[in-house]
Amino acid sequence: MSDVTMEVTDDASATRIDPGESLPPLGTVGLLRWLWKQLTSMRTALILLFLLAVASIPGTILPQRGINPIKVNQYLADNPTVGPILDRLGFFDVFGSPWFSAVYLLLFISLIGCVIPRVRVHWRAMMAPPPAAPRNLQRMSFATDFVGEQSPREVLDVAQKSLRGWRIRRDGDASISAERGYLRETGNLVFHLALIVVLIGIAIGGMFGWKGNVIVREGSGFSDSLTQYDAWGGGRLVHPEDLPPFSFTLSKFTVDFERGVAQRGAPRVFQADVTYRTSSGGAAQPARIEVNEPLAIDGVKVFLVGHGYAPHVIVRDRTGNVVFDDSVVFLPQDGNFTSTGVIKLPDASPSLGFNGVFLPTAAVDRVRGPHSLFPAPDDPALFLGAFKGDLGMDAGTPQSVYRLDTKNMTRIGLEPLRIGQEWTLPDGSGSVAFVGLERWASFQIAYDPGKEIALVAVGLAILGLLFSLLIRRRRIWVKVLPAQGAGSLVQIAGLAKADPGRLPDEITALARALGCTDDTTRQRPVDLKENA
Amino acid sequence: MNSVQLAQASNGAIYAAMITLAIAMVAFAVSFASGRRRVAAPAAAPAAVDSVGGGTALLTRADDEPSTLQPGRRSANIGMSLTWLAFGLLLTGVVLRGVWAGRVPWGNMYEFSITAAVAVLAVFLGMSTRRDLRWLGLFVVIAVELTLGLAVTVLYTEAAQLVPALKSYWLLIHVSAAIICSGAFTIAAATAGLSILRIRAERKAGDAQVTGWLARVPSGEKLELMTQRIIAFTFPLWTFAVVAGAIWAENAWGRYWGWDPKETWAFITWVVFAAYLHARSTQGWRGTRASLIVLAGWLAFMINYFGVNFLASSLHSYAGVS
Repeated sequence: MSDVTMEVTDDASATRIDPGESLPPLGTVGLLRWLWKQLTSMRTALILLFLLAVASIPGTILPQRGINPIKVNQYLADNPTVGPILDRLGFFDVFGSPWFSAVYLLLFISLIGCVIPRVRVHWRAMMAPPPAAPRNLQRMSFATDFVGEQSPREVLDVAQKSLRGWRIRRDGDASISAERGYLRETGNLVFHLALIVVLIGIAIGGMFGWKGNVIVREGSGFSDSLTQYDAWGGGRLVHPEDLPPFSFTLSKFTVDFERGVAQRGAPRVFQADVTYRTSSGGAAQPARIEVNEPLAIDGVKVFLVGHGYAPHVIVRDRTGNVVFDDSVVFLPQDGNFTSTGVIKLPDASPSLGFNGVFLPTAAVDRVRGPHSLFPAPDDPALFLGAFKGDLGMDAGTPQSVYRLDTKNMTRIGLEPLRIGQEWTLPDGSGSVAFVGLERWASFQIAYDPGKEIALVAVGLAILGLLFSLLIRRRRIWVKVLPAQGAGSLVQIAGLAKADPGRLPDEITALARALGCTDDTTRQRPVDLKENA
Repeated sequence: MNSVQLAQASNGAIYAAMITLAIAMVAFAVSFASGRRRVAAPAAAPAAVDSVGGGTALLTRADDEPSTLQPGRRSANIGMSLTWLAFGLLLTGVVLRGVWAGRVPWGNMYEFSITAAVAVLAVFLGMSTRRDLRWLGLFVVIAVELTLGLAVTVLYTEAAQLVPALKSYWLLIHVSAAIICSGAFTIAAATAGLSILRIRAERKAGDAQVTGWLARVPSGEKLELMTQRIIAFTFPLWTFAVVAGAIWAENAWGRYWGWDPKETWAFITWVVFAAYLHARSTQGWRGTRASLIVLAGWLAFMINYFGVNFLASSLHSYAGVS
């Protein structure tokens, strides 16, 4: 039956060599060839896919630096023995770790090693006509024969016409071989090649792309240069000095929260109204940025990612001089926007520092201390803890603007303030007033030149996938012999890999078209085992 | 109708669907219990078919077996009818929920779950119009009933507006694709699980007929073919769902892929099903091993749905359950 087995590369085992059967040969070249065969074998691909899945899991269980560095530090502090070991092994940056990269790079090498030869094989198969009809059609899993009234030539003419859309080989008046479903392998190859392009797109984004985060208060502006960012990260081939110098000002930030019982406090509206200028200058244009509607300026996208409150505070020193008069960004700590922030006044005399908790809707209880009941500023209060002494800012070590180092400071006191209230510091070092409230919005600003490539490739991949999974490659043969007297003896048979799909129906339809009447049909039953 | 009535109607329809499904479950179970053995199994005896010779009927699919020959058919038919009824009730419940909330009913886990239940039934019933799937009814109904039970007890939330992050037409595209996948993956897991049991029973029986309740399900080979066909349909759709999610993420968060736990588990699910497709054409991996991979893929999908929403801190934490 070897003459009828399909050389369809549809079944990858046809080109992928079974590694279990061959032992490594001697010699360097032989060994390398053997290793290459191992790597590009289907079984290796399968194992690498499993490894990829398993290697991803720790990234969802352990905190990841790329997503939440604070949680990673917390984990390290909580697990002083295991933590550093995991850290050294890259478990807090799983998707950038050498072992994760090794798995996917090996997978892609295996993919390339498998797909490229198959492209050649498939190309040849598409160029060549289908193989001639085998001698014994009745041994095929789907077969039928009958005596028709037409001559052999007429039967084959009709068959050729009926098999429109099939690739046909006609051997005189004796037989027809027809094959279709080549797009299955085409789709398969397109899918795998497209995956490589997706990876290229990701790599381009990684090398040439960058993104940064910035907090902008209402009424304040931002211009695109490295110093303006609170956090910025770019690929190796990005020159920070080449950032497009666009700018924008946050004119108004609108936010609304659910006040009903169900999901009370959940956000309902975020809107940032800005005016922006492109790199080439020109007039300022108004725009609105919302959560699902980023603003594109000069190919760079500006996303609204967060918001919070900035209480406006005025601080006076002991002589009554204003040493600070500005709004201060407070960072939200919970869903109700209990927020924390600090004010540092190293140049006041004495040096002053304030640790603050801002509550948009204030409440105090024994267990939770001061906390907020609702995210909107229905009843705002600012709790300030005042300190004096060395802020530790001259030591040269960089400090977070959101954290007060009170190691070398003395505590003056703690006071809750409402808007309009002023607190005279009890030791006479000055006074602090809570004069108003502003909002801030945080933006992610990102540039990714590889994403369009990845998107197009992924579209091709899906298309290829559909072809490779939904199209079935199959063959039909028609053989005719002149019957005694007039007419002809017609044999029809079909072969499909694994899943016959509608092949039996197609054979029945062809038989009918060739003049088969029901009572003359003989048919072997559908038996999948024959095809497996 | 005012909102209270809408709420009551939506919840009422879903409870009614659960009761209907419970009765359907009994009916399917009765059909399994009645008649321990297949009276006639035409597909299993090709020799007998050959002797019939000369009829085109032989070309028809082996699934279309003469239905009168099997005992327990009547209760299985009752089960199917009740499942259709439950599908209608459930669909009504989901639509009313959407009307009540004034948006697509995909804002929290309760809504995802009841829609997923509709999706499982839709895939099952849709497939059943083309072939006899009465044997699968019990397993599908159990899965749907569990989903709904969890939805109305643990996951229930009052309808509310969407958080701004969900206000996007991508919600429609991404979530609907993912929900259809949940239905199809669940059914594939059922056929894969059954194929493992059935093949084991076939091996034990040797040349004899399979007895017991497994006699009522199709042959292991046919179950595997079904599983493969469902995955062949679902895998591209899942790929699309993940890609649609990535496009949406790019639009909402400024990056199309960030290895957020939800994204990572979606990726794991994708990789496991990709492994299944490769296993189907690898020597020594077809059959039971491939079916086990389908179960693993389904598990990853479920971890993504339940585990990530409740356990991990993810950008996708839309459970709405406090």
